[in-house]
Amino acid sequence: MLEVRNATVAFEGASAPAVDHVDLDLPAGDVLAVLGPSGSGKSTLLRAVAGLEPLATGSVKYDGRDLARVPTHRRGFALMFQDGQLFPHHSVAGNVGYALRLRHAPSAVVARRVGELLALVGLPGFGDRSITGLSGGERQRVALARALAVEPRLLLLDEPLSALDRGMRERLAHDLRDILVAAGTTALLVTHDQEEAFAVADRMALMRAGRVVQAGTVEEVWRAPADAEAARFLGYATVLVGPAASLLLAAGGGRGRSGGPADGRDAVALRRSALRVAAGGPLRGRVLASRPTPGAARLTVVVDGVGEVHAVAEPGTVPPAVGEEVHLVVDLTRTAPLREDGADGRTS
Amino acid sequence: MSTSLRRAALAAATASIAMVSACAVGGGAGSDATSAARAKTVVVATHDSWAMSKSVLKQFTARTGYSVRVQPNGDVGQLTNKLVLTKGSPIADMTYGIDNTFASRAVDEGVLATYRPGRQAASATAYRLHDPAEAAALTPVDYGDVCVNADDVWFRKHHLAPPRTLDDLLRPAYKNLFVTPGAATSSPGLAFLLATIARYGDGWPAYWQKLMANGTKLTSGWSDAYDVDFTAGGGHGDRPLVLSYASSPPFTIPKGGDRPTTSSLLQTCFRQVEYAGVLKGAADPAGAKAFIDFMTQKAFQRELPDNMYVYPVDDRVALPTLWKKYAQTAAHPFTVPPATIAKNRDRWLRQWGDITSR
Amino acid sequence: MSRPRERRTNRPTRWWSGAGLAAMAALPVLVLGVFFVLPVAGMVGRGFFSSGSLDVGGVLEVLGRPRVHRVVWFTVWSSTAATALTVGLGLPVTYVLHRLRFPGRRLLRGFVLMPFVMPTVVVGVAFRTLLTPTGLLGGLHLDGTPVAIIAAMVFFNLAVVVRTVGALWEGVDRRREEAAAALGASPVQVLRTVTLPALLPGIVAAAGIVFLFCATSFGIVLTLGGLRYSTVETEIYLLTTQFLDLRAASALSVLQLVVVALLLYVAQRTGSGDPQVLDRTAERESSRRPRRGDASAVLVTAVVLLFLAAPLGTLVLRSLHRGGGWTLANYRALTTRGEGGALLVPVSQALDNSWRVAVDATLLAMVLGILVAAVVSARPGGRLGRRALAVLDGVFMLPLGVSAVTLGFGFLITLDRPPLDLRSSAYLVPIAQALVALPLVVRTLAPVLRSVDPRQRQAAASLGASPVRVALTVDLPALWRPLLAATGFAFAVSLGEFGATSFLARPERPTLPVEIYQLVSRPGEQNVGMALAASVVLGVLTAGVMVLVERLRTPPVGRW
Repeated sequence: MLEVRNATVAFEGASAPAVDHVDLDLPAGDVLAVLGPSGSGKSTLLRAVAGLEPLATGSVKYDGRDLARVPTHRRGFALMFQDGQLFPHHSVAGNVGYALRLRHAPSAVVARRVGELLALVGLPGFGDRSITGLSGGERQRVALARALAVEPRLLLLDEPLSALDRGMRERLAHDLRDILVAAGTTALLVTHDQEEAFAVADRMALMRAGRVVQAGTVEEVWRAPADAEAARFLGYATVLVGPAASLLLAAGGGRGRSGGPADGRDAVALRRSALRVAAGGPLRGRVLASRPTPGAARLTVVVDGVGEVHAVAEPGTVPPAVGEEVHLVVDLTRTAPLREDGADGRTS
Repeated sequence: MSTSLRRAALAAATASIAMVSACAVGGGAGSDATSAARAKTVVVATHDSWAMSKSVLKQFTARTGYSVRVQPNGDVGQLTNKLVLTKGSPIADMTYGIDNTFASRAVDEGVLATYRPGRQAASATAYRLHDPAEAAALTPVDYGDVCVNADDVWFRKHHLAPPRTLDDLLRPAYKNLFVTPGAATSSPGLAFLLATIARYGDGWPAYWQKLMANGTKLTSGWSDAYDVDFTAGGGHGDRPLVLSYASSPPFTIPKGGDRPTTSSLLQTCFRQVEYAGVLKGAADPAGAKAFIDFMTQKAFQRELPDNMYVYPVDDRVALPTLWKKYAQTAAHPFTVPPATIAKNRDRWLRQWGDITSR
Repeated sequence: MSRPRERRTNRPTRWWSGAGLAAMAALPVLVLGVFFVLPVAGMVGRGFFSSGSLDVGGVLEVLGRPRVHRVVWFTVWSSTAATALTVGLGLPVTYVLHRLRFPGRRLLRGFVLMPFVMPTVVVGVAFRTLLTPTGLLGGLHLDGTPVAIIAAMVFFNLAVVVRTVGALWEGVDRRREEAAAALGASPVQVLRTVTLPALLPGIVAAAGIVFLFCATSFGIVLTLGGLRYSTVETEIYLLTTQFLDLRAASALSVLQLVVVALLLYVAQRTGSGDPQVLDRTAERESSRRPRRGDASAVLVTAVVLLFLAAPLGTLVLRSLHRGGGWTLANYRALTTRGEGGALLVPVSQALDNSWRVAVDATLLAMVLGILVAAVVSARPGGRLGRRALAVLDGVFMLPLGVSAVTLGFGFLITLDRPPLDLRSSAYLVPIAQALVALPLVVRTLAPVLRSVDPRQRQAAASLGASPVRVALTVDLPALWRPLLAATGFAFAVSLGEFGATSFLARPERPTLPVEIYQLVSRPGEQNVGMALAASVVLGVLTAGVMVLVERLRTPPVGRW
């Protein structure tokens, strides 16, 4: 169990601390994703947990023990970087077995374990290859195998998939999740990509300007983003505030923030599919743009009393043309009420 | 973006600075070449100890129309060997600085043309080389005595009488007090070896064995011995006896004082005579001859003590007052005939090297 | 562990085609041929044909002399010991000066370079002033021992390690070490398993250069060894300048060349066998503030800096002393021609000459160095091509391994007739200095160039970038820092070069080291004082240039 309390990391010459009084909990066996835009301090937080950055205030504890005086290499963690940081002077097997050799494991044990790990990450038989010959995805798999070799009590992942192309990223994200669960590994993942976080993590912490603005299970955070910015960062396409939000909630039959009827002081985040074209829907608008996709067609619609929002056409129907008047229904399961107002009003 | 712009600007600035200052050398060379073509120049190959006041050289130019270009070439050994190696394609018109320890090699290798100035002071004849071929090629210009110098202050302080002869240096009282530059790497060092050969003949190796056993220290060059190890040198070393020149004591007159703190032991001196000669194949032999003539004349001879710390061969020239008082030369210096030196130098030096290195 | 050679990404990058490589190599090869191979061959030839016909037996006789064996043995062991010490002490210093961030770091980097340009003769005086029985360290009884010689070699060459390895070390991503630490590697294990392997090409390159400098140093050996020790270099010097025994000198020169070639071969095998691709996040500041774990490195560095400072301090103190009192007179005298007109031109003018020559030499060394580095770091497909480049790489190191005396005399006897009547040309000095600086430039640039991921070049080329653009956009950003380091280094080499310059400098245009030598070898307290003052000026000037060059480096982009 990792407990971060009141942690602050400040860099010389910087106007604000990179990590600003952060609290974080990670139960054993869980995967926690710290999600934030670049510059939010998430990587610094990770480095502080690893013992690579000194804390200005606060503490990092693992299983109740304060790690302040424990150097990186004695923490029993493993760290995997965005670009793997494989050792180019070693082969794949040399990289994976690195930590085992540090512990003077017998070579037969190392060989067996390396074989298992390579199989686990989907690279059986790659042991003798040179690092320089690997693709980006293969490198990350090797880096993961290397990190898992010593069965770390905490695996730290710094944007492990960001350098990969989309297809590779999605595939590897699921593999990563499976591998972590299979190995029962406690992991702290840092990423700017919400898809990656959703795919891999059990828990999530949103970071902004050095602070954790929201934390909880993935479900909790996803269901109720703390504010407009958080919602947008989580991948909500549109955030509505005030009367527009209330109008939309009312059209969907939902409740306002106070628990009572929507009263013009609400805020709501919408996914792209929160509004669907349907004859006789309660909202009415005019199509500004329409783009077919393999699923439903994606529309941009100006809705009376709400403004410009995203919507989808029903799958299997002919998508409405630009300029056409349409009726829309609201799918409340694809919206999330915000606990606070977004200060900057509506955006898409 | 801004960083890359910054880089580009810096790179451009660096490049343009480099361009502007490039060919700084070349430009200078060009102008020199043209001036050399306009005026007649005599090129003198000499050793690193060359120094002469500009006014004297101007006097020469005024008299003959020749300007002098001096080319230092290391010590006497390097100078001689350079001349030998470039025989047939000489690097200069004439040479100055070959001494009696290297004269035979230069003459034997056929580096020099024959020339002898018409009139030279009667006193100069004493410094002529004895071998006719050598005498025909090399004109004596100056001489100097290489002698052991003693730090008189140190000896007074330690209530010890300074040594007087080469024999004295072997006495236990003077153990670990003497430092000398090596014969293989230094021309005064070689002169000292020759002094011992002149004094002891074939017995010199035995002398050197005893000298080394008495704690003599060797350095690679004169400056190393004088400036580091000598008690009266700038380094405040621990040895009050050093091999130097008869002309060294006046340099140790303290500020505000009127007497040197050191003196030379005049019974330990080897006499070096320096010569000038025209190089075979010289581009301008006439200029070379004119400058050799000039070197033997009073105007030049008078300047030798102050500039190069050597004694003029023309004894009609007055020495500086301090020299008369404190830089006397030996009445009976040691000498070895140049031909004997030429024949045996390499063997002697090897033998000396075997004795002095462990 | 055997593994198949993975050549997929190490294949030739298309833009260095064979013909292109040859064209790029042409200029440096020509310069080296005329100004190095020709003179050395001329000089060696003289010795081999001394009796009118090839005298192999005579040469072999020389090599069989017991004295020669002794000399070779002393050369090899003293240089090896000095190289090992220089690298051993240099690495912690490099780490502290290039990986840690603290105030005054730049000044210290400049300071470390000062010894490198100090004239041997003056440093000899400074060392001996410390080591004589009356000196500060007289109690150690080191004067005239091999220890003193080796200490001086370390003193002079430490800068080579710090600069060559430092340029590479700064480019090594710290995160690779952090990843290892997080995997449980202790600091020592990180050093052994991650850092050193990444630095190996640079370390080997630096060690090779240091060895060559040590093996060819002769002023130090003569001055500090009290004439009791001879190296191949001092022997060649004596044989040539005193004995005129050209046969023996040539035999030793050839021996020197063979040993150097052998050494280069070994270095090549260990150093650059498998070029490393560095993950270079160039904009990231790779240095950080010192921590507790850096204590031992900091301690070693402090001791080494003291060791460098002691002789330098002696110099400074003596330069401020004259006639029993403290004075700036020695510095004021630098505008004069010295006591008794010891100099042909004032020291200030020699300084000006040195400066001009250094600019020319640096420019030339950089142009040639970039060309050579680009050529030797190419990865041609064929075995033959790789061999050819390896040989070429070594050939440009040779000027460091050959006696300055042989080269100097060689100039005199080979470049004396048209079309190469260059003997008295003012260009010879910068050219000779550039040849000495060239190996350092190449050794600083080539490891970095080799470490650029060839896929980046391929990617750029596939995006339609011309070869020049590839060089500008891919290679230059990685090379920027090493380029500056190499430029400053070449400048320092030029400012400090004495061996070849003393042969070639025209008397009316002496460089500063040449005049310092002249001053030291003349009697008169003022002349010695001026020599010391001039040395201090030379050192400070060089350090100043280095600090300035450092400032040109792009400021690190803020950490995120």
